Amino acid sequence: MAGSTLIIKDLHVAIEGKEILKGVNLEIKGGEIHAIMGPNGTGKSTLSSAIMGHPKYEVTSGSITLDGQNVLEMEVDERARAGLFLAMQYPSEINGVTNADFLRSAINARRGEGNEISLMKFIRQMDKQMEFLEMDLDMAQRYLNEGFSGGEKKRNEILQLMMLQPKIAILDEIDSGLDIDALKVVSKGVNQMRSDDFGCLIITHYQRLLNYITPDYVHVMMDGRIVKNGGPELAQRLEAEGYDWIKKELGIEDETVEQEA
Amino acid sequence: MTTEIKLPFDKAFVSTFSSAMNEPAWFAALRLKALEQFEQLPMPKTEKTKIEKWNFTQFRQHTVKSQAYSSLADLPEEVKALVDIETSKHNLYIQRNQTPAFLTLSDELKNKGVIFTDIFTAAREHGDLLKKYYMTQAINADEHKLTALHAALVNGGVFVYVPKNVEITEPIQAVFVHDDKEANLFNHVIVVADDNSSLTYVENYISTVEESDTLANILTELVVNTNARVQYGAVDHLAKGMTAYVNRRGVAGRDSEIDWALGSMNEGNTIFENTTNLLGDGSIGDAKMVVVGRGEQTQNFTTKVVHFGKHTQGNILNHGVVKDSATTIFNGIGKIEHGASKADAEQTSRVLMLSEKARGDANPILLIDEDDVMAGHAASVGRVDPVQLYYLMSRGIPQTEAERLVIHGFLAPVVTQLPIEKVKKQLSEVIERKVK
Ligand SMILES: Nc1ncnc2c1ncn2[C@@H]1O[C@H](COP(=O)(O)OP(=O)(O)OP(=O)(O)O)[C@@H](O)[C@H]1O
Ligand SMILES: [Mg+2]
Repeated sequence: MAGSTLIIKDLHVAIEGKEILKGVNLEIKGGEIHAIMGPNGTGKSTLSSAIMGHPKYEVTSGSITLDGQNVLEMEVDERARAGLFLAMQYPSEINGVTNADFLRSAINARRGEGNEISLMKFIRQMDKQMEFLEMDLDMAQRYLNEGFSGGEKKRNEILQLMMLQPKIAILDEIDSGLDIDALKVVSKGVNQMRSDDFGCLIITHYQRLLNYITPDYVHVMMDGRIVKNGGPELAQRLEAEGYDWIKKELGIEDETVEQEA
Repeated sequence: MTTEIKLPFDKAFVSTFSSAMNEPAWFAALRLKALEQFEQLPMPKTEKTKIEKWNFTQFRQHTVKSQAYSSLADLPEEVKALVDIETSKHNLYIQRNQTPAFLTLSDELKNKGVIFTDIFTAAREHGDLLKKYYMTQAINADEHKLTALHAALVNGGVFVYVPKNVEITEPIQAVFVHDDKEANLFNHVIVVADDNSSLTYVENYISTVEESDTLANILTELVVNTNARVQYGAVDHLAKGMTAYVNRRGVAGRDSEIDWALGSMNEGNTIFENTTNLLGDGSIGDAKMVVVGRGEQTQNFTTKVVHFGKHTQGNILNHGVVKDSATTIFNGIGKIEHGASKADAEQTSRVLMLSEKARGDANPILLIDEDDVMAGHAASVGRVDPVQLYYLMSRGIPQTEAERLVIHGFLAPVVTQLPIEKVKKQLSEVIERKVK
């Protein structure tokens, strides 16, 4: 069976009444790796938050479907159980809840009542993935993200990705703040996930991540829209030349989401 | 102006009760003096809660008769959950309403001179020792009406004494069972750790009746002498309708340490004070508390650490959850007396409100009369953070479960401090039921 398909059509999103996304179209299929690049403040995280259902972001028009199901009608947890995953740019810290308890709840929520994972099996899986990601095993008993360094938080997002095995994952700046070794480890995690059943949208500012995870498609986001599409060579050109040539080509003056008049 | 309160029990009653219990003369005298003083004394001051209309003084029965438990197998299920029935290596006291109902203390501790017995036996058999500490060092009978009333009417409690240089590794445990709707608790716990000793003491107050319109006036006096260390854990879960005055106070000698881990799960209106007086230089006081308020109840918690000694360290951590139309108030007081140089007074109080009508308040109060000190405070009153919920839900966890995780996480830093595994587990379960 082939993987899932996430289709975003003419998506408009507002936050506190201000329009941020102004018509985004994107289709991600199982087996594909997409990368979105774009200057700061152009709506990349807004897109990922809207897909996952962050309470602050209001979808004003357009549609998001996963294998034909209307994602916009689902609660956040339903979206996750339907197969979506978002590695967040700024993961929350949750005092008093251990990383292990949290992950076990998340896994059991997918498996449903009466079908909970055995504690032994869970610990084995978690240990295995943590070792793969070269994480200190003590991190399992630490409170979720609390006091984690920037790099540790990112690794922990990838740990969750690997434990939860979603159909479509969005990785929002998973490479920010990583040293070169951590970058390799995180990429190793994502590459391990690669299969026909797994689609991925990577939001990044840097070509260096894409050296490790080669994307099939590269998109450029400006002013709340995807303004250019291409292959891996597009990312390389952006790295070398920046965004000015695109702005010139498209006649964009201010690439950020404009402020209200 | 104090309005006159007519007590249901007079001097003749107190004298008769005292002689029936075979109390030494000093104990009887203390009762009668306190009864006399009751009239003139004011009610305790409770910051931010009006208690004029609360009933702390009118009740029907001073003592009720209860059966002792012949073995641990006879314990009610709620109590079984608290004690390790399997092992015979207990240091355990169980009191049923006012009746000493079960007691074991290991031979090893007996041989070391450890005393662990109910308060009346202590008064009869260890009178001189008890007299030295009973309402002399931590709490005085004449502080206000409720301490006086307590001193006059004490009807239960326990005495723990750890001699010099004795370090106890196994916890000493007391369970005060309230299973009679008519039982009023004037319970007195007095724990003394002499020089260089160490002790872990854990107690539970537990009502097995759903509702009761009785009173609890509970005092703990904890005396920790030079270089001694006491970990004091307590979980209170008194019935709905019971009005409780709870005062746990410790005094710390030089280089000593007191660590409190307190869970207040009472279902009725509660005034709760926890004070640590850091008398000796280099002493440490750590006061942690979790509370849950629900229904219509009002609860007022004052946690106070007073620094007298130099280089003393005080730390307060209060976490409370309030739901329904309950009110929870935290007053955190760090007081540094003149001369307590290099003292460090820290405190954090947080209240999480789970419903629109719930009320929470956290008041940090710093009273500092010395220049060369450190002090810090944090206080917050808020609701469950929607972004945290979003994060948890984004992993597939349903909203109710996500809320449960956040709430338990919020209370965990204190719950995990309780020194007995079973008591910790029981507290988690009580919290689970209450916040649902
Ligand atoms: N919670 C919020 N409240 C107010 N404005 C917001 C909020 N989130 C995003 N915005 C605004 O929306 C715009 C797009 O932000 P977004 O985070 O989507 O950008 P981005 O492309 O991810 O940027 P970066 O590369 O810096 O992460 C910005 O102008 C930002 O200030
Ligand atoms: Mg962003």
